[in-house]
Amino acid sequence: MSGPDIVSAPEQPPLDLDALYRDSHVGETLDALDRELVGLVPVKTRVREIAALLLVERLRRTLGLGLDAGAPSLHMSFTGNPGTGKTTVALRMAALLHSLGYVRKGHLVAVTRDDLVGQYIGHTAPKTKEVLKKAMGGVLFIDEAYYLYRPENERDYGQEAIEILLQVMENQRDDLVVILAGYRDRMERFFQSNPGLSSRIAHHIDFPDYSGDELFAIAQLMLDRMQYRLSDDAALALRQYIALRRTRPHFANARSVRNALDRARLRQAKRLFESRGEPLSRDALMTIEAADIRASRVFGNGDEK
Amino acid sequence: MGTHAEAKTITDAAARYRAGVLKYAQMGYWEPDYVPKDTDVLALFRITPQEGVDPEEAAAAVAGESSTATWTVVWTDRLTSCERYRAKAYQVDPVPGSPGQYFAWIAYDLDLFEPGSIANLTASIIGNVFGFKPIKALRLEDMRIPVAYVKTFDGPPTGIVVERERLDKFGRPLLGATVKPKLGLSGKNYGRVVYEALKGGLDFTKDDENINSQPFMHWRDRYLSCMEAVNRAQAATGEIKGHYLNVTAGTMEDMYERANFAKELGSVVVMIDLVIGYTAIQSMSKWARKNDMILHLHRAGHSTYTRQKTHGVSFRVISKWMRLAGVDHIHAGTVVGKLEGDPNSVQGFYDILREPANPVNLTRGIFFEQDWAGLRKVMPVASGGIHVGQMHQLITYLGEDSVLQFGGGTIGHPMGIAAGATANRVGLEAMILARNEGRDIWNEGPQILENAARHCVPLRAALDTWKDITFDYASTDTLDFVPTPTAA
Amino acid sequence: MKLTQGTFSFLPDLTDEQVVAQIEYCLKNGWAVSIEYTDDPHPRNSYWDMYGAPMFDLRDAAGIMGEVQSCRATFPNCYVKVNAFDSTHGVESLRLSFIVNRPKDEPGFALVREEAAGRQIRYTTRAYATDKPEGARY
Repeated sequence: MSGPDIVSAPEQPPLDLDALYRDSHVGETLDALDRELVGLVPVKTRVREIAALLLVERLRRTLGLGLDAGAPSLHMSFTGNPGTGKTTVALRMAALLHSLGYVRKGHLVAVTRDDLVGQYIGHTAPKTKEVLKKAMGGVLFIDEAYYLYRPENERDYGQEAIEILLQVMENQRDDLVVILAGYRDRMERFFQSNPGLSSRIAHHIDFPDYSGDELFAIAQLMLDRMQYRLSDDAALALRQYIALRRTRPHFANARSVRNALDRARLRQAKRLFESRGEPLSRDALMTIEAADIRASRVFGNGDEK
Repeated sequence: MGTHAEAKTITDAAARYRAGVLKYAQMGYWEPDYVPKDTDVLALFRITPQEGVDPEEAAAAVAGESSTATWTVVWTDRLTSCERYRAKAYQVDPVPGSPGQYFAWIAYDLDLFEPGSIANLTASIIGNVFGFKPIKALRLEDMRIPVAYVKTFDGPPTGIVVERERLDKFGRPLLGATVKPKLGLSGKNYGRVVYEALKGGLDFTKDDENINSQPFMHWRDRYLSCMEAVNRAQAATGEIKGHYLNVTAGTMEDMYERANFAKELGSVVVMIDLVIGYTAIQSMSKWARKNDMILHLHRAGHSTYTRQKTHGVSFRVISKWMRLAGVDHIHAGTVVGKLEGDPNSVQGFYDILREPANPVNLTRGIFFEQDWAGLRKVMPVASGGIHVGQMHQLITYLGEDSVLQFGGGTIGHPMGIAAGATANRVGLEAMILARNEGRDIWNEGPQILENAARHCVPLRAALDTWKDITFDYASTDTLDFVPTPTAA
Repeated sequence: MKLTQGTFSFLPDLTDEQVVAQIEYCLKNGWAVSIEYTDDPHPRNSYWDMYGAPMFDLRDAAGIMGEVQSCRATFPNCYVKVNAFDSTHGVESLRLSFIVNRPKDEPGFALVREEAAGRQIRYTTRAYATDKPEGARY
């Protein structure tokens, strides 16, 4: 499990960071992240910083530097509102860790409280261990991690899951990386009441909400992939929709945009269906019109329940 | 070649059934447009026609003589649904690289055969036709047994999976040895060899094909001695052990008597020879199924008809018949040992015995797709002139579901029989361990054995004794479609 | 005596790295790995006790190795083996099974003979260990 047994080597060939960068395909993973996610500049910057750190650490270890410190802690927390790309970045992070040899298999196991915590005495430990075994060699992503901790309920089994988790995070750093994710404020409170967890998190990444322009760009990307397009009026309507939707409750960034587009497609289909008998062009099949968007309840029209 | 104009089925009934002699092709045994049905039995023959006989007519003759035809027209055909019963030669191709030889593809209707009878199947397909004068030589190369017919056979009484579960041995080939000298030992001395070999690490020992009940050792004496040895070895190691007690005898009555005695003594396995015949094999299979016994088949006599390329029955066909007839073990070649066996052909036999279905694979000599319809798998046995120094080659060629039999390679060990057995077992386990770790055993094999020999003196001695022994002769039964020769 | 059940019993006891490599091989083949232990090593004892259910859908050997360690710690003087199940049609059985822990002393087996008519002998293999009750054997 330990690194190569070079402790000190006086006549090392010059170190080649470029070669390591190339051979580990880190660049490809980062490029994929750029392609897949619109905006999110602060997140991408953090991921690049972490990648650089891991790359340099790998090189240091080939020289035997820092070996005494044991495997570095790589557990992370991803904070931010829903739909800000946490799961996508976690997937890429798993690939990144794998290509640099920090995890052996590089898969992502995404769970929530229900997957870890049982309903009765003796149920939680086997459940948590089962999940941990599946995540070994990869990344365990625990979404809305604060639900593990329910101070209001003394008998809550979540604490048991947290303790098992802590043990593995401390003792099996070679075997898996844990990413805890959720809303920023609730995660902060969670870490305050669980200092053991907090102290084992090496990297925090905060996922800001998307700006209106970014959300519009995301919508364009989604429509392109589905082979739809917006009429000029519809584009304007969508921008207005996004501005309105952001101020309303349960806003979930990219996820809300996807839902809005799904509903717009439904209305487009309904519109086309109701105008049966008129000739139908390929263009019409591809185009979302302003009306398809403006019918939304967000505009106060209330066609949605 | 030949007079193709004549090679046409006569459709006018009066002309077709006029008394006299017609060509087989005219009688309806050559149907180039025939599309075989899923339920047809298919056969591929290698035909060497006599000078002046055209290949289509020769193929039609083979189809005719292996189904309904006789040398002259008979009106009684017209009392039957004779078009259905006629076998149909539907394709003839020249054999690549062998002038004067042809592959003839023939389809037989399912109703021509009795369910569950190898005797009946073979009486049709190879009954008369091999002596037919217009054909210089004939060989049955391959067969496709339709699922509908496969389902009428019971197949192996135990099969690879259940055998392993019964013996509690997984993940590696089983190890065996034939007791040597094969003739002359008394029962007590014979049992000594069995005990030493099993205690030393083998899973099985074996009677040879011609050990039955001779003046120097009667069968009961052998069985009693062998079972003492098997049980002693079992207690010494905590592993299940077995000795293939050969029950081959002059009559079925004798075979049943011997088999029942083997069962009474608690043996897990009995053995028969191919020379007892297909019906006797099926009877013993039935007995083995009823008595939870592994049935080992020694292919004694097969080379008389399997080895020569232009004559007889290919061993791949024998393999198919034996899987249907129902044996659990069959000797199927070693590739690297002292007996005939081209690597690709032998791997083809192993595929037939072990796979749930076989796709067409010309480079392994498999001409037909064959679905085994859930029929259990036969464990192939590699026996004859192999030693532990070839372990990496044996595992690469033969895989892990096989029995590797090191007779001389156990009993001839300089430190004794038990040491010989230990050498084989250590060599085998070291090789499987390395293979599973992802090592390239084909190339690193000798080094892996050397390393294992560091903690095993008997293995060291075995490697030193036999390291240069190989049997490098050209194969007789080679394949006609071989892209690249495989190095031995 | 040394009980030689299992795939690798003729080799020196496997190191943890070697065990991990074998487990990785099993996982790569898509087999489910399980752990069993016993203090009754009779060759026909088909049902060793299961140390948990077979582990499905795992990607890495670390989790299984953890279970192996914990089984060894709980039953240091029992036989422990690692099994791999292949659910492929036509197999649906074990593909590998090897011992990863054994008692310090292995007293072995007695062969009990009962003489019967016609020179026949009925054999029974009896583990010395099973003279004592379960749990007190090694």
